[in-house]
Amino acid sequence: MTELIFFTNQVIISGLVLGCIYALGAIGITLIFGILRFAHFAHSELMTGGAFIAFLLASAFAAWGIVTPIPTGFVVLPIAMVLAAIMALGIDKGFYAPLRKRGAKPVTLLIASIGVTLMIQGLIRLFFGAGSYSFFEHEPKEVFRFDMAGIGSTRPLVITEPQVLMILVTLVSVLALHFFLTRSRLGKAMRAMADNADLAQVSGINTALVVRVTWIIAGALGCMAGTMLALDVTLKPDLAFNIILPIFAAAIVGGLGQAYGAIAGGMLIGFAETLAVFNWTMLLRPLNAILPDWMQLPPTLALVPTEYKLTVAFVILVVTLLVRPTGIFKGASS
Amino acid sequence: MIQRSLTLFGGLFCLILLMGWVMGMPFTSSRLVEAAAYALIALGLNIQWGYGGLFNFGIMGFLMVGGAAVTFISYPVNPVFWGSEGPMMLGKALLAFAAGALLVYAARKSDRIGITGKWKMALTVLAWFVAYVFYRSQLDPAAAYIESAAGGGWIGGLGGHPVLGWLFGGVLAAGIAYVVGKICLGLRTDYLAIATIGISEIIRALIKNMDWLTRGTLTVSPIPWPTPLPQEFQAGGMNIANSLLGARASYLLLALVVLGVVLWLISRAYAGPWGRMMRSIRDNHVAASSMGKNVTARQLEIFVFGSVLMGIGGAMLVSFVQIFDPSSYQPINHTFLIWVMVIVGGAGNNWGALFGAVLMWLIWVVSEPLSKTVFEFVSSWSTQFGWGAIPEIEARSAQMRVFVLGLVITIALRFAPKGLIPEVVKRET
Amino acid sequence: MPLIELKHVVGGYGGAPILNGVNIAIEKTDIGVIVGPNGAGKSTTLKAIFGLLKVTGGTIDFGGENIANSLPDKLVPKGLSFVPQEKNVFTSMSVEENLEMGAFTRTDDFSSTMEWVYEMFPVLREKRRQPAGELSGGQRQMVAMGRALMSKPTLLMLDEPSAGLSPRYVIEIFETIQRVNKEGVGILMVEQNARQALAFASKGFVLASGQNRFTGTGAELIADPEVAKSFLGG
Repeated sequence: MTELIFFTNQVIISGLVLGCIYALGAIGITLIFGILRFAHFAHSELMTGGAFIAFLLASAFAAWGIVTPIPTGFVVLPIAMVLAAIMALGIDKGFYAPLRKRGAKPVTLLIASIGVTLMIQGLIRLFFGAGSYSFFEHEPKEVFRFDMAGIGSTRPLVITEPQVLMILVTLVSVLALHFFLTRSRLGKAMRAMADNADLAQVSGINTALVVRVTWIIAGALGCMAGTMLALDVTLKPDLAFNIILPIFAAAIVGGLGQAYGAIAGGMLIGFAETLAVFNWTMLLRPLNAILPDWMQLPPTLALVPTEYKLTVAFVILVVTLLVRPTGIFKGASS
Repeated sequence: MIQRSLTLFGGLFCLILLMGWVMGMPFTSSRLVEAAAYALIALGLNIQWGYGGLFNFGIMGFLMVGGAAVTFISYPVNPVFWGSEGPMMLGKALLAFAAGALLVYAARKSDRIGITGKWKMALTVLAWFVAYVFYRSQLDPAAAYIESAAGGGWIGGLGGHPVLGWLFGGVLAAGIAYVVGKICLGLRTDYLAIATIGISEIIRALIKNMDWLTRGTLTVSPIPWPTPLPQEFQAGGMNIANSLLGARASYLLLALVVLGVVLWLISRAYAGPWGRMMRSIRDNHVAASSMGKNVTARQLEIFVFGSVLMGIGGAMLVSFVQIFDPSSYQPINHTFLIWVMVIVGGAGNNWGALFGAVLMWLIWVVSEPLSKTVFEFVSSWSTQFGWGAIPEIEARSAQMRVFVLGLVITIALRFAPKGLIPEVVKRET
Repeated sequence: MPLIELKHVVGGYGGAPILNGVNIAIEKTDIGVIVGPNGAGKSTTLKAIFGLLKVTGGTIDFGGENIANSLPDKLVPKGLSFVPQEKNVFTSMSVEENLEMGAFTRTDDFSSTMEWVYEMFPVLREKRRQPAGELSGGQRQMVAMGRALMSKPTLLMLDEPSAGLSPRYVIEIFETIQRVNKEGVGILMVEQNARQALAFASKGFVLASGQNRFTGTGAELIADPEVAKSFLGG
C-alpha cells in the first residue's frame, strides 16, 4: 500500500495539478486561435503578468494587515483576473488590432506576439528583477497529511492547500466555461465565429465584441493559471515562458480551436510528463520478493531521466503533428 | 532603392565608428566579429523565411549543434577516454542504436507479411519501445562510465583545425535539418513554428544533459581559434592593446571571407532560375506544384541550406568566445533575436538581412550600457529631488535589452513590415 | 417607394471597380433575380449591398436611408439578410444553434420566429439537435435560409441558392423562396439556373461587365430574343 500512496502523491496529484495549469493556459491559446487564427505566443506573458498582478495585490493585502482563511493568492484572484483581462484587451488594442486592420497575415501576428512577449518579459524583469518571489512569505503554506496507516501504508497522503483549491477552482472554471459556450448568446456566437468567421459576420454577429470577449476570457484564465502555478511553486519572471510549449502542445494535441480538447490535452500532457519521469521501481518494488535474482528491479526505472521532463511534451507534440495534426478533437487542419 | 541601401549602410558605418570611439576599439572589434557570425546566421534564416517562406523557430538548436560540432573537432584529444573502455562501450551503444533502428524499420514494413491496420500500429509502438529500452540499457552504463574519472570525464575533442569544425557544424546541422524537414515541412506555418521550437528545445535538453558527449553544464574551454590568439601576438613582442586588435582583426577577416563567399554564392543562386523557382513556391506553392515543381523537395533543400549557415555561424560564435556553455543558449537570444534581425533588415533581401543582423546586434549589445547610463542619470536626478535612487541599476539595465528587442520588432511590424531594405520585386516590362 | 434601390453603384475590392453603375429596385412584394455571365458582378452586387466590399460611387437606399458601406451588424437589425453561396452553415453547431445565431441581433423573444421557420422547414425541427455539418446539401440550404429568416428581415438576399443541389431540391428551394415571399419578405437573388428562376421572378436584371444590360419582369426577359440568345443559352 505504501507504494500505491507514493504513486498517488507523485503521479496522480502532481499530474492533476500540472494538467490543470496546462489546461487553463491551453484554453486561452485555443480560443484565440479559433477566433483570430493565429498562434498567440505572448500567452505566457498574460500568465506571468497575471501572476505578478495577483502577487502585488496579495502583498498589498498583507501590508494592510488583512488576514484571510484561505491563501491570499486565491482571495485576490478574481480582482487579478479582471485586471489581467483589461491588460489582455489593451495588448490586443495596442499591438494586434492595428495589424489585423491592415489585413496582416496570421504569421505577422505570430511574430508580433513574440515582440509582445519580449516587451512584457523585459518590463517584468525591469520592475521585479530576475529573482523569485513567494506568495507564502506572510502566511504559512498549509500541507495536509492524511495518515494512511489504516490501509497499511507507512506513508501519508500529502497534498497542499493551494493544490486542493487549485483543482477545485479549475473544475469550477471549466464548468463555467462550458455553460458559457453552450448556453449563453455570446458563448454561442464565439463558437459560431470559430466555426465560420465570415458567416458569423454575415449573420450580424458583432465580431468585434466576440474578439473582446475572447481576450477577456484568455486573459482571465491565463491569470488564473499563472497565479496557481506561482502558488504551487514560486513566482519568477520566466514562470510561464518556460512552459508555453507544453501548453501549446496541449492545445494542439487537443485540436486547435477546441476548448474541450484543450482541457483533455492539458491533462494528457500533465500526466504524460509525470508518468514519464516516475520511478517505477518505487511502485513495483514488492515484485522483487517474487522475482528471481537475475531479474531484480534496478534502483531507478524511469522512462526518461528527470532532466528531460519538459522534453516529453515536445515529443508528444511532434508525434501528434505527424500522426494526427488535427488533434484528438479534430481542430483546425494543417 | 540602391541609394536607400547605401545611405543605410553608410549610417551603419558611422554608428560603428561612433561605437568604437565611445566604447573603445577592443570592445567594438569583438562585437564586429560576433556581428559577422550573426550575419551568416541571419542569411541562413533569410534563405529559409525570405526565399522559401519556411517558418523556422528552432534556430537555437542549430546554433547549439554548430557549437557542439566545433568543440568536438577542434578541442584537444582526451587521452584518458581513448585509453579507457569508453570507446568500446560507446560502440556497443551505437550497435544497439542500429539494431533498434532496424527493428523499428522492420515493424514499419510489417504490412509486407500481412500485419496491417491496428496490429501494425501496435507492433510499431512496441518496436519503438523495445528499441528505446535496448538502446538505453547500453548507453546509460557507457555514459556513466565515461563521466566517471576512469572514463576521462567526457570524450574530449579530435584536435582538428577550427575551420574544419565550422564545416562539420554545417554538415551536422544539415543532417539534423534534413530529418526535421522530412518530419515537419508538410505542416502549416504556425504548426511548423511550434514544431521547430519544440525540436530545438529537445536538442538543447540533449546537449545540456549528455555530459559524456558535450560536458553539458560543466562547459568546455578554452576552444582554440582558427587564427592566432592575442597571446601569440604578444609573444611576438606586441603590446596588449595592439595584440587584442590584431588578433580580432584577423579573426574578423576570416569571418568576412566566409561571409563574402556565402553572400556571393546565394546572391548568384537567387538571381538565377533556382531563386525564381523558390520565390514562386513561396508565393503560391499550389501554382508552383501544378507547374511540375517538386515543392516538398525544394523546400527541404532550402531548409537544409539555411540550417547549414546557422550551423557554421553557431560554430564561429563558439570558437570566438572560446567556451561552449549549453546553458547560455536561450530562445530569446538565439532564435527571436535572429528573427528580429531579418524582419527589421528586410526578409527576402540578403543585404537587408545583413544590415539587420549588424544593426540589431549592435543595438542588442549597447542597450545594456546605454540604459545603465540613462538609469544612472535619472537616479542621480531623482536623488537630488529627494525621491531616492533607483535600486539595482546593474541588474535592471541587463534586462532592458529584451524590452528593446520587443519594442523594435513591434515598431518594425507596424511601420515597416517589409523591413528597412525590402525585397526587390522585379516586374516584367 | 421601393424597398431597396441601388442607383448607379460603383465598387470593388480595392483595385479596378467590378461594379460600374448597377441600378436595381425591388418592392416588398417582388422576387428579384439577377442573372448574367460569369464575372458580371452578380454576387458582387449582393456583397456590395451587404457592406462586404467597398462602394465608391452611387447610393443604396434601404428603408429611407443610404446604407452604402454599412457593416452587417448594422444592416441585419434594419431588416436585411443574406445567405452566402458556400459555407453558409455553422457546421459544428446544431441546427437550432444555427438558427439562434441568425437571431443574434434581436433582443426580443424570438421563439415565435423559430416556430415559423420550423413550420416552413419541418425537416429542420426533426434534426434540430444534429450538427448542421451532418445534413445533406438541400437540408443545409434550408438551415442557411432559416438562419437568415430568424432576424425577421424585410429583404432576403440569396447568392445562388440552387448551386450544387439535385434538380428535385432545386424545385423545392425555389418553391420555398416563393412561399417566403408570400409571407411578406422581399427577395433578391443571384441565379445560374436563369431560365428556371426568371420564370417566377417579378423583376429580372441582366448584368454584364458590372452594368445593367436588360431590366424587366421575368417573363419579359425570357421572351426577349436577345436576352435569350446571349444570356439564357438560346
